[in-house]
Amino acid sequence: MFGDYSIGDLGSIFVMQGFAGLILFSVYVLMALGLAIIFGQMGVINMAHGEFMILGAYVTWMTSNFFQAYLPGLFAGYFFLAMILAFLASGALGMLVEWVLIRHLYKRPLDTLLATWGLSLILQQAFRSVFGAREVGVELPQWMLGSLHVTDSIEVPINGVFVMCLTFLITLCVAYVMYKSRWGRQVRAVVQNRIMAGAVGINTEKVDRYTFGLGCGIAGIAGSAFTMIGSTGPTSGQLYIVDTFLVVVFGGAASLVGTIASAFSISQTQSTLEFFMSGSMAKVLTLLAVVGILMLRPQGLFALKVRK
Amino acid sequence: MTNRFVNRSELIGILVLAVFLVVILPLCLDVFRLNLVAKYLTYAFVALGLVICWGYGGILSLGQGVFFGLGGYCMAMFLKLEASSPENTKIQSTPGIPDFMDWNQITSLPFFWKPFHSLSFTIAAVILVPGIFALIIGAAMFKRRVGGTYFAIITQAVAAILTILIVGQQGYTGGINGMTDLRTLNGWDIRPDHAKVVLYFFEVGCLFVCIFIAQFIRHSKLGRILVAMRDKEDRVRFSGYSVANFKIFAFCVAAIFAAVGGAMFALEVGFMSPSFVGIVPSIEMVIYTAVGGRLSILGAVYGTLLVNFAKTSLSESFPELWLFGLGGLFIAVVLAFPNGLAGIWGDYVQPRIDSLLSSRKAKPGKEWTDNSVADGAPAE
Repeated sequence: MFGDYSIGDLGSIFVMQGFAGLILFSVYVLMALGLAIIFGQMGVINMAHGEFMILGAYVTWMTSNFFQAYLPGLFAGYFFLAMILAFLASGALGMLVEWVLIRHLYKRPLDTLLATWGLSLILQQAFRSVFGAREVGVELPQWMLGSLHVTDSIEVPINGVFVMCLTFLITLCVAYVMYKSRWGRQVRAVVQNRIMAGAVGINTEKVDRYTFGLGCGIAGIAGSAFTMIGSTGPTSGQLYIVDTFLVVVFGGAASLVGTIASAFSISQTQSTLEFFMSGSMAKVLTLLAVVGILMLRPQGLFALKVRK
Repeated sequence: MTNRFVNRSELIGILVLAVFLVVILPLCLDVFRLNLVAKYLTYAFVALGLVICWGYGGILSLGQGVFFGLGGYCMAMFLKLEASSPENTKIQSTPGIPDFMDWNQITSLPFFWKPFHSLSFTIAAVILVPGIFALIIGAAMFKRRVGGTYFAIITQAVAAILTILIVGQQGYTGGINGMTDLRTLNGWDIRPDHAKVVLYFFEVGCLFVCIFIAQFIRHSKLGRILVAMRDKEDRVRFSGYSVANFKIFAFCVAAIFAAVGGAMFALEVGFMSPSFVGIVPSIEMVIYTAVGGRLSILGAVYGTLLVNFAKTSLSESFPELWLFGLGGLFIAVVLAFPNGLAGIWGDYVQPRIDSLLSSRKAKPGKEWTDNSVADGAPAE
């Protein structure tokens, strides 16, 4: 397996595969962050999470087209506005969905799963009707193209570096909001004991709605980042949803650190294996390992207790 | 029969369904449509299993496609081997192996294909492979008290894994196209019209066997423990029952039902492909049960027929509308009709019939037939 490569080549391969894994890791983290808030904190299984992500991607695509057509001078910076718009669009839709659908189902988690699956089908078809069935790609501004030459044999794409920095920033923001801000304390209080939280004056319905909106909004940012590294189609979200759920469950649902650690281990395993075997077998082995570990340790990597 | 596991009204319901499937449908439909119904009914096996597992046991499995697929692939492997006899495949570079293996430069039959030359082994495998697989998953999960949404996600991941595996290992499984061109069952051609009709009746027979098994489980002590466990798991555990074992049992029964459906699918439709294994079909199978009523054994059959009939007719004429319709159906069933068609029937239709019958003292039977057909089954 290693015979054809020199030691230096192998080192470079590992670094570059590792970097490819890091990009996958960023996407996983961004998607899983939103899901960890919704699933880990609220206990709601949002099967439409991938579609919220794709909504963000489409918003980014539209913003990029708008800048290209009307504000070509500012095109280099369109992404930052697009990201904010994606967050707002997905977050607003999330709050609407919570109000119409989810709030009736907090006591029936399995039914939420079915209802949000229905929602995801509707959203997929809506994307297909509005944006067409073809995948669309966003044109990157000039400064994001190309790659950094670290050594002779190692080069890393700039858009990948950008996505990783973005992931890092957003993770920090989420950690701050959830663990340091007053609002995050309210969210955690509601999760731990809804009745008591209500009794001490927290508006639990409002907290629920904003929590769900925040989770969906982060999915929108994930979609925005996703356009930097891949093209977007109506069903792209579905490809990632199971992986993302596994990331969240594997990490231990209520733990942010766990989510990040599990996203890291899953994505690194997969991209390293991908070099040695076909992509599908790499994926199968990774998922099998995750499911196997979950069978032995159902509470995930970092959680204290996960029982029904 | 009316005393132990079927009460009177259930017996009437089963008879109505039997008349509907055995007499009315074959008389009203041509062979093509009848074969479509046969295809739908293969999903009814899955829906029936989900009634036991989800409705009564409270275990939502989103991986029933896995068991449907395992059963179907076991059957398809046997049929494929029979269809690729050395005479049929003499143009290949290696005669006597399935065509997709030849295309993928495989020169001898893999070891796990060899036993599928035997029909009796295949029939045993259709039941045992998914059964044992479900036993392993169930034992690993339920013994550690994993349930609810976690179980749903893990079964979903299993469905994803199996699909990727089947698609990726093209040389051994036929890949994304699946196993096509299945011809004979022990020398008996399954493709002509009369064979389809015979298979249809055979399938309906199997379905009723499964319905009776489900009825038996439901009315036995076991079924009551399942319900008790679904509603108050801890109390059942503290009463001294092994909750995990009952859950494993319900999950295995559902898996085996699904596998029988899958095997019938391979026979009826003449091919098997990974598109019936993955996450999307698995969740669709759950909606059949939800529409029929997750607590209703007969409702599962009607729900399956109704949803599939709507799918076929809508996606033929308005392909864009179908996904909106299906998505709306998921939401509507969950929000408005948690007990599905059976709930509507029990809440609105049956009381009216009862009052009509008691006032007129008419003989039951005919009105039952008319109403249940209008209410639960696809109109022709």
